[in-house]
Amino acid sequence: MTNIIILLLIIPLITGLVLIFFRNHLRLQRWTSLISLIINGIVAVVVIQHVHIQGTQTLNLGGWEPPFGIVIVADMLAMLLVLATIIVAITCLLYAFKTIGEERERFYFYTFFHFMLVGVMGSFLTGDLFNLFVFFEVMLLSSYVLISLGGGKRQLRESIKYVLVNIVSSMFFLVAIGYLYGITGTLNFAHMSMRIAEAGQDGLITTVAIFLMLVFALKAALLMYFWLPGPYGAPPMAISALFAALLTKVGIYAIFRMFSLVFYHQEGMTHQILAWLGIITMILGAIGAAAHWSLRKILAYNVVVAVGFMIAGFAIFTTTSMAGSVFYIVHDMLVKALLFILGGIMIGLTGTDKLREMSGMIRNHAALGWMFFIAALALAGVPPLSGFMGKLLVLHEAIGEGFYVIAAVGLITSLMVLYSVVKIFINGFWGENQLSVEDEKMSTKGTLLPCAILTVLVIGMGVGAEFVSPYIMQAAEVMSNPSLYIDAVMQITE
Amino acid sequence: MKANDVILQTVTKVVSFIILSFAAYLFFAGHHDPGGGFIGGLVTASALVLLFLAFDIRTISNGIPINYRLLVGIGLAVSTVTAVGSIVLGFPFLSHTFEYVDFPLFGEIELATSVLFELGVVLTVVGGTLTIILSISEDV
Repeated sequence: MTNIIILLLIIPLITGLVLIFFRNHLRLQRWTSLISLIINGIVAVVVIQHVHIQGTQTLNLGGWEPPFGIVIVADMLAMLLVLATIIVAITCLLYAFKTIGEERERFYFYTFFHFMLVGVMGSFLTGDLFNLFVFFEVMLLSSYVLISLGGGKRQLRESIKYVLVNIVSSMFFLVAIGYLYGITGTLNFAHMSMRIAEAGQDGLITTVAIFLMLVFALKAALLMYFWLPGPYGAPPMAISALFAALLTKVGIYAIFRMFSLVFYHQEGMTHQILAWLGIITMILGAIGAAAHWSLRKILAYNVVVAVGFMIAGFAIFTTTSMAGSVFYIVHDMLVKALLFILGGIMIGLTGTDKLREMSGMIRNHAALGWMFFIAALALAGVPPLSGFMGKLLVLHEAIGEGFYVIAAVGLITSLMVLYSVVKIFINGFWGENQLSVEDEKMSTKGTLLPCAILTVLVIGMGVGAEFVSPYIMQAAEVMSNPSLYIDAVMQITE
Repeated sequence: MKANDVILQTVTKVVSFIILSFAAYLFFAGHHDPGGGFIGGLVTASALVLLFLAFDIRTISNGIPINYRLLVGIGLAVSTVTAVGSIVLGFPFLSHTFEYVDFPLFGEIELATSVLFELGVVLTVVGGTLTIILSISEDV
């Protein structure tokens, strides 16, 4: 029974729904949220094993055959991202228990949390362009609420920017879907890919492809990241961590999916543009990360650098480089959540996000300090940790295929990223201790658990790369060979 | 000077019933004619808004004691249950079915499970619309 795939979306949907009715029962809300996410995680692992053994799984909603109905497709790429999403969600939830505050919890925080997960995972799993748009909106509407929930002055100012940018990009998305539907006459990814392969990708389709690329670039903060640093710094860190780990990744996933499955005929045009967008994003993001002295800003610019790297790796467009990008995207989700949660604890302890006003925290919080150090090294890609494999594969392919600029910029920006996070480490943890335990604005009780989970995973993913790589390779296999996806969806049997 | 809205209130009493029955018509017509859950819900909401305009909020809230925020949840739950129900019965998610049933007075009528799904849409739209309107009016 393939209905198990849809459970991944139904479980958070029903959880969010049920929690509407228990607004004032905070303990019940917390436990229900946590248990439903853990069950969902188990389902995701089961589905991944299933996909690993039997190949891509599909589910035709309502029993309608693929080009006519909406199809839910669980291939390895989507499932890896879904599993990473659930892990990040569990840790952010654990962190939110301690930090988010009763006021927000009473105003449907957990409901919107789960609805956002529905949107994110739905975007990963859908096999239909318009359905992707709908899930984008589910995700974005929940994120609008989460970003403004609480109603602080700064939150309201940043949420207006965020909503404006996203409404404009959603409108462009809708227009692009209209053009594509006008040209190909279908909205199903697999069917669209077949139609374009038959008729050839002419100039018109390439134009629409670039239009669509700009839409997703805006969502993924690729080059057009001007909106990102403000809004990501405004809400409480539990929400910022969730955004940093998930939201831009959905845009990146959409670029991966569209440009590996549908628009892969004019590589010289579209993938060249993607490569340059990635390179420029890496450079500008790294400059931003190195320049700022505010913790929130540095972390936000690190999100931008990673986006550039993933897209540049994808744009090289060999199986190995795409495997590197997939490895890096999964790693990045985990490590960004970890960094944002740790940053949140640091801001919580000192009551400021200015690096120059904090120091010596390692004397009272050794575990926190060393976890931050591990996260910093993982982010930069130091060998035993998770960031290494992805970077290695991408750089290896970049040099092998003659993309020397990507290789050079990738290496230099790694250094700048390392500099930016070690700057946080040195300023925050070394030096004279300014705060005694009594002066601290919050206690770290309970907040170190999610950090520990993520740290273990970050180390495990690096050390156990041998164990993870078959799954990653399978994801890259489907990306570099679209017929695998098309056959699974259209149920073409040999 | 005290405003006198006898005419408005009297007309509203009659008209709101006409609007509500039109909403019910639109809702049930949706399968074969223009209409359906979304428009049915909006028209229902417009009848309620008319009542809120003609009388004051407290009167109507006492007369129709509905928590519209919960109504959104109930509506979503109804739609979700019809979609999940098909899984429980062993069909793909969101499968719908229909049956022709002979009723004593009306004759043969087509009963479809998608009507239940649309019922959820109606409740959600009514709940959503009135939550927006009532929470804005509270602030002023």
